[in-house]
Amino acid sequence: MSDILLISILSGAVLSGTPLLYATLSEMLSERTGVINLGLEGIMLIGAVVGFVTTVKTGNHALGIIAAAFAGALFNMIFAFMVITRKANQLASGLALMFCGVGLSALIGAPFIGSRIEGLGAIAIPLLSDIPFLGRVFFNYDILVYLAIPTAVVIWWFLFKTRWGLSLRAVGENPTAAYAAGKNPYLLQYQVLFIAGLLGGIAGAHLSLALAHTWAEWMTAGRGFFAVALVIFAKWHPLRAIAGALLFGGAISLQLQMQAQGVPVSSFLLDMLPYVLSLVVLALWGGARRSAVPGSLGRVFQGTE
Amino acid sequence: MKKTVCLTLKGMVFLTIAALALGAGLPATAQGQEKLKVGIIHIGSINDAGYNQAHSEGVQVMKKNLPNVEVIQAENIPEGADAERVMENMIKQGAKLIIPASFGYLDPALKIAKKYPDVKFVHPGGYKRAPNLGTYWASTPEAFYLAGIAAGRTTKTNKAGYVVALPISFFLANINAFHLGARSVNPNFETRVVFMGTFLDAPKEAIAANALLDMGVDVLGVIVDSPITVVQAAERRGAFSVGYHYLGAQKFAPKGWITGIAFTWGELYTRFAKAVMDGSWKSEAVFGNLASDYLTIAPFGSVVPADAVKLVNSTRQEFLAGKKDVFQGPLKDNRGVERVKAGESFPLQGIGKMDWLVEGVIGQPK
Repeated sequence: MSDILLISILSGAVLSGTPLLYATLSEMLSERTGVINLGLEGIMLIGAVVGFVTTVKTGNHALGIIAAAFAGALFNMIFAFMVITRKANQLASGLALMFCGVGLSALIGAPFIGSRIEGLGAIAIPLLSDIPFLGRVFFNYDILVYLAIPTAVVIWWFLFKTRWGLSLRAVGENPTAAYAAGKNPYLLQYQVLFIAGLLGGIAGAHLSLALAHTWAEWMTAGRGFFAVALVIFAKWHPLRAIAGALLFGGAISLQLQMQAQGVPVSSFLLDMLPYVLSLVVLALWGGARRSAVPGSLGRVFQGTE
Repeated sequence: MKKTVCLTLKGMVFLTIAALALGAGLPATAQGQEKLKVGIIHIGSINDAGYNQAHSEGVQVMKKNLPNVEVIQAENIPEGADAERVMENMIKQGAKLIIPASFGYLDPALKIAKKYPDVKFVHPGGYKRAPNLGTYWASTPEAFYLAGIAAGRTTKTNKAGYVVALPISFFLANINAFHLGARSVNPNFETRVVFMGTFLDAPKEAIAANALLDMGVDVLGVIVDSPITVVQAAERRGAFSVGYHYLGAQKFAPKGWITGIAFTWGELYTRFAKAVMDGSWKSEAVFGNLASDYLTIAPFGSVVPADAVKLVNSTRQEFLAGKKDVFQGPLKDNRGVERVKAGESFPLQGIGKMDWLVEGVIGQPK
């Protein structure tokens, strides 16, 4: 395999893995506090469209990304209100949120389809990006790519090295016990869902601003659900999520690259590659360390009175 | 409650029906001509610079030609039960001609056509008809061959890449034609194909476009619903691009634009509407070609050498005069199997059966 080919596969893996990583981190945080959010797809769509529209209007990518993040967070607050305050079923509310996001994003985006933006450009890191091979693979991306792995590390640090993270995980394992220990599960869940919304919005913004450079209805094409699966793959751990997102981004990139190469395998089979990979991984890792699942995942904390 | 609100909202979006009543303001005496309501439903957005926008512009031209025609337009209608519902809704609003403008609307349209025998339907690319449902499309391989000539003379690396939705026969025929056109002027030309598995996944199209560009192609072509992502990806990396469906796509690649194969449905839609109004409409399978007024090669970009444009035009004349065939034998497929014998040619009417990619195309047809 030539260097060019390897570089192409790896950089494709990083590019398609980045929105997956943000989305996976978003879902993981939610699930760590016991809230499973199937509405992630909708949040990403809201982020994608708000990021795009803001960039069209202002010509400023930074504003676009920030607007996308906050739009995602606000949108997720609807979900938070439903499942925390109203104690609604998480799965049903999540799916409702997803459809809501599909419709709302299409409505917002309709007048902007076909608008042109300058895509979020690659920032070549001086000197480092000139290193043959490594430069292109590691040091020639847009800002959201550079921030993705640090974000995962920061989340890991918060989750496992701070009191806030400890309380948050306690709520995910057993909200009643956390409540008895003087924590407010509702407040913590609201905080976490806000942050998860920010991350979901950023994931969407990366799709529309950095990858596609355009807005199209339902452009997430299932990536939000992919992230739900990736959380399981990563066993609810932020650092493993990095490997997971890159691996699955790599599977997508690899299959397209194999087609461009002319590898004599049906495109239908190649298209299945990421999904086959997830089955293989689940089969290999399936039984081990079940305890990684947050204890109260999907359950509604009813209070203690 | 929230669920209901959201689903209603979704419904509203999927049903952005814009009723444009132009004829309403005119005096009823206008030559005593009958009024006609035409309903058109689209699978995607009418601003996609691609498939849907081409259809939408078609009805706008029709409206301009026939002030007595009123248009009801609906975007983003999923294929299936939703499409049936929207068509019925349009008929209840008085539409007498329905254009279900997506391949997958064929069966829903046939169902509704049976229910409303006095309403006429015209379907793009349909392979079934009914007494009140006709079809229309145009044979595109000749146009792709011409675009191939332009690309073959413009490329510097002698390599093109095509980002294509699915390996279906009509698309394979287009790619083959493009490649043969390019080879006719550039014997070293190669064409690489990447199939998406879907008509709309812009982020994936971007990764595919980059993968092709990394392989050294400097011409990108595209057969998906919206060409925006791929054409922009080519432009960004200094490559050339060949569009499809819609004339206006070149605004996304002002520098690298070679040409595009585009549909201009306006005059055809005008004829349909006229025929429905004067009662002469009958169910037929309209199948045009380069000579038709609804298939064109979009303007050539400045990167195309002048003599290449000349060659394209002279080849076009040969096609029109019937002196030249796109799939002229001998032709082998890209696995070395002989597909068309020397002295024979593959008929354009038969491309629905084309399940192979021609020699020199790198890609898997199945």
